[in-house]
Amino acid sequence: MSAASGLRAKRRRLGIWAQVIVLAVICVVWVYPLLWIFSASLKDSLGVFSGGLGLIPDALHFENYARAWQDADFGLYTVNSVVVTLGTVALVVLRCALAGYVIARRNFIGKRAVVAVLVATLFAPHGLTIIPVVELSDLMGLLNSRTGIVLALAGSGHVAAVLLYAGYFSRVPRELEEAAIMDGAGFLRTFFRVMLPLAGPVTATVGVMTFLAAWNNFFLPLVFTFSRPDLRTLAVGMLAFRGTNSTDWSGLAAAGTISLIPLLLVFLALQRYFVEGVAGAVKS
Amino acid sequence: MSSVTRKAPSLAVRIWSERWAYVFLLPTLLLFGAYTVWPIISSLYYSMLDWKGLGAERPFVGLANYREAFGDPLFWKSLGVTLTIIAVTVPLRVGLSLLTALVLNNPRLPLARVFRTALFVPAVTTTAIIGVVMGFIFDPAGGPVNQLLLDLGIVDQPVDFLGDPGTSLWTVMGVHMWKWFGITLVYWLAALQTIPTTVYEAARTDGAGGWAALRHVTLPLLRPFLIIIVLLTAIETMQIFDLVLTMTNGGPFFSTLATEVYIYQQAFAGSTPRLGYGAALGVLFGLVTLVFAALQAVGIRYADRVRSRS
Repeated sequence: MSAASGLRAKRRRLGIWAQVIVLAVICVVWVYPLLWIFSASLKDSLGVFSGGLGLIPDALHFENYARAWQDADFGLYTVNSVVVTLGTVALVVLRCALAGYVIARRNFIGKRAVVAVLVATLFAPHGLTIIPVVELSDLMGLLNSRTGIVLALAGSGHVAAVLLYAGYFSRVPRELEEAAIMDGAGFLRTFFRVMLPLAGPVTATVGVMTFLAAWNNFFLPLVFTFSRPDLRTLAVGMLAFRGTNSTDWSGLAAAGTISLIPLLLVFLALQRYFVEGVAGAVKS
Repeated sequence: MSSVTRKAPSLAVRIWSERWAYVFLLPTLLLFGAYTVWPIISSLYYSMLDWKGLGAERPFVGLANYREAFGDPLFWKSLGVTLTIIAVTVPLRVGLSLLTALVLNNPRLPLARVFRTALFVPAVTTTAIIGVVMGFIFDPAGGPVNQLLLDLGIVDQPVDFLGDPGTSLWTVMGVHMWKWFGITLVYWLAALQTIPTTVYEAARTDGAGGWAALRHVTLPLLRPFLIIIVLLTAIETMQIFDLVLTMTNGGPFFSTLATEVYIYQQAFAGSTPRLGYGAALGVLFGLVTLVFAALQAVGIRYADRVRSRS
């Protein structure tokens, strides 16, 4: 009896380790393309061609980064991406927290209509909205500006963020608000001093998901910067770089690395919120 | 909304008493209204114009754009490409990620978090950057994939993965699967977390082994999530613009022409932009998305019913 169960335990442990080995192999294959990009960014052009899938450069060619940063304007594109992303995150967090709060807590006329419109447009594709967005931005003189990109990025979608805030605020006990009002706090103070700080975890999730969406967005900045190359974001700049320098593989790899590193650092530091943000789509 | 009482406050009073609510809503009403609601509505009108560029004349042509779209083989081709991508990648992604999630969900599995992170990492990278880089990873002249295949003797001629219409769509779909696999995986892990561990313990005391517990406990409990995850994945896949534009630009010979890429080409990339026609294509594309979204709504309602019963 005990021998049999011991055998079963041993077999189970073996099974687990077999799974670990298979998973480890899959995961190495999975991240390999990214590792290869980083290593190609340090090779010279010949090394990229002859090196195949090898990861180790024969010498470290940091000049690829200088070329990407200066000659290919990726320094400029990084600034654009940072400005556009931070502006979008700030606007989205503010507008979605405000809207989510009153949807959760106030009974105003038109509330059901607002919620209905939000939900109805949850899946509006870019292909449908992009032309009027461009024309509207053109009419407002915002087509060739970073402000225009930020407003368009912050304005389109983010329904999930509003609903996330609304869901969170609806679970906060009423007594907290009432206590604040008893203390003489007005509507604004109650929100900014009491409710918004309480919603820290939601703000983290929304902020991180918006960061990801804005940094990675391609369609909008692409059509917004046709006539202003100096306003390109990293994603758009990458396409332009290939268009003019299709043979400079190591430079392209360096440019790609410049674009991906900030993203991966943010991801590794705040992974929990990424995962929560994605999982939220299923749980709610 | 509330039932009318004898002394119901007048509309103006009720609106005034909730003035702060409207102030708080203002940013969303303005931004969302301008950049999401207005575009959807105005697209319907723009789709009936013969509109050749911003600021140009745009005479009203009624349904001519739609008539043209229905007779446009490239539009049908693009819908076919988009739906093929969905039909091939969604079942694979959902199935394989479920399998992976079941393995990763085992509390005794060492390094489970590391594995999850590794599988999720491609999903946070910029799609457009990946698309450009994949162009040279799959390059026939010296790209690393071809080099490996040649070295291993699997092929004796380099394969032009992205230049051959016979392989281009498969290559795009492969990269797409790799890129977004982690999202579906996290969906499944979230679904698995809704099953309390007590359920497994109960199954074990009833004498159920690993397989029996999986078949009779875990999978039935996951079924309501299947609908949601399939449709979320399908709707995300509809918008495969970034990867296709940067990897193949819809070519070669339109073999990877996803609908959003075709809309973009018609509206912005041609020598004469055709914004009216692009808007019509956008409306038709939006309707296809709407079908998926409606299925999703029905599916969620069904899932809720199943869950409340259990």
